[in-house]
Amino acid sequence: MNFFEKMFAIDRRWVYLALGLAILISLLIPFSIPIPISEEAQNIYDYVDQLEPGQAIHLALDYDPSTLAELHPMTLAILKQCFANDVDVVITALHQFGPGMAAAAIDTAVARHDELTGEQMESGEDYVFLGYKPYPALIILGMGQNYRIPFPADYYGVMLDSLPMMQDIQNYDDVEAIINVSGTSATDWWIAYGQGRYNVPLAIGVTGVMATDYYPYLQTGQIFGILGGLKGAAEYETLVGTPGKAVDGMKVQIVAHLIIILFIVIGNIGYFSTRKRRGGAV
Amino acid sequence: MDFMTSVGVWVAAFLTLSIFSFLYKDNPFYKFAEHLMVGVSAGYWVILLFYNVLLPDAIDPLFTEGKWYYIIPLILGLLMWTRLFKKTAWISRYPLAFYLGIATGVAIPLEMKAKVIEQLYGSVGLVAQMHEMDAGFGTVINNVVILIGVFSSLIYFFFSKEHTGITGRVSQVGIGVLMIGFGASFGFTVMARVSLLIERVQFLLFEWLKFGA
Repeated sequence: MNFFEKMFAIDRRWVYLALGLAILISLLIPFSIPIPISEEAQNIYDYVDQLEPGQAIHLALDYDPSTLAELHPMTLAILKQCFANDVDVVITALHQFGPGMAAAAIDTAVARHDELTGEQMESGEDYVFLGYKPYPALIILGMGQNYRIPFPADYYGVMLDSLPMMQDIQNYDDVEAIINVSGTSATDWWIAYGQGRYNVPLAIGVTGVMATDYYPYLQTGQIFGILGGLKGAAEYETLVGTPGKAVDGMKVQIVAHLIIILFIVIGNIGYFSTRKRRGGAV
Repeated sequence: MDFMTSVGVWVAAFLTLSIFSFLYKDNPFYKFAEHLMVGVSAGYWVILLFYNVLLPDAIDPLFTEGKWYYIIPLILGLLMWTRLFKKTAWISRYPLAFYLGIATGVAIPLEMKAKVIEQLYGSVGLVAQMHEMDAGFGTVINNVVILIGVFSSLIYFFFSKEHTGITGRVSQVGIGVLMIGFGASFGFTVMARVSLLIERVQFLLFEWLKFGA
């Protein structure tokens, strides 16, 4: 049995170990990589950046802890940009395991903004967190008529009519765009029932697994920007000038991808070199 | 870091390592973590639904605000539970029919518009875009590639004619385009899965073991 035949028959646990060690070591060694900005990420940044103080966007956080790794950095970067530009943010979390996590993300963004600028962002004045309701498609349609239909009160139980920020916000006509950060099919609903029904400008931040499915909507103009996976998150962190977990993660991605490519090449050589001996059977 | 956060970090680290232990082989730690996640998820959702939906959207309006007509959706919801008993299971078809009727009526026109009509318009619009005076060379090439890709992929799924001759050759191009699409999806999927692993290793290294702190 030669080297490649041995590699072809290797126990998969060695592959896991190699990958784990590669990630561990590359996280401990300080180095950086350039993060080129894609047009679709730049579009979102530019759109939010040109908003005037006091204008509002809707940030729809439709993900759960299983996709936190890719989507949380996007959320924090977008919130940072909105808080820095004094753009009001209406936030919803239409995934059943999302609201607690979304509330924690908002707290983190508020604390970081406070740390950077000394300015305290206030719930009800600078942002409003509406929380969760089931059946996202119907909730998206309901908010298009009036936010108060599905959400008479915010996540903390305060009536929307009593919140200063919501005085001028009735429905999607009063927000400049919706940015949907999602690890679920909620993105389909935002495209069909949000943008499709109410013509509100929509941008999305999705997991890597989902990203290729949504590029056709970019080409048709149904969405104006897309952040795909950890790379999209790293691009946005770079754009807002706060490299964080996503930028750190991307340098490790490169090492991990090289290891995976190496194993794919070795596995293929092993496959082809043993195929003749196995009588050409697949 | 306060005491409770510290406990939370240690519990999270233990559960992360328990889940990762499955990579070696199935074991009681993995099973414990898996079952715990399923149980906690179900419990969390029940409480969330009670306090976010049932209480403010049904019980309060009905019993506190005197909005008697809220009894109608509440009864429809309760009828769904008749599925649990064989003799009364047929009753659940009524609320189900009501729900399906609404969902279908709402979904069909909007889904058709967003996922069929707009996409069709987007593909046909590429030809119009190429006729624009200021369409650059890159745009033209890009649009031609997309049009060839869309057309050949559709031919691959056209089964009313045998895939021989010119149809077969175009269909072969379609297979190539689909393979490129699957390849891109696979690449993104690898990145997504590795991202999850990276985040957990970041957590274990920097939040649990406090490397570089």
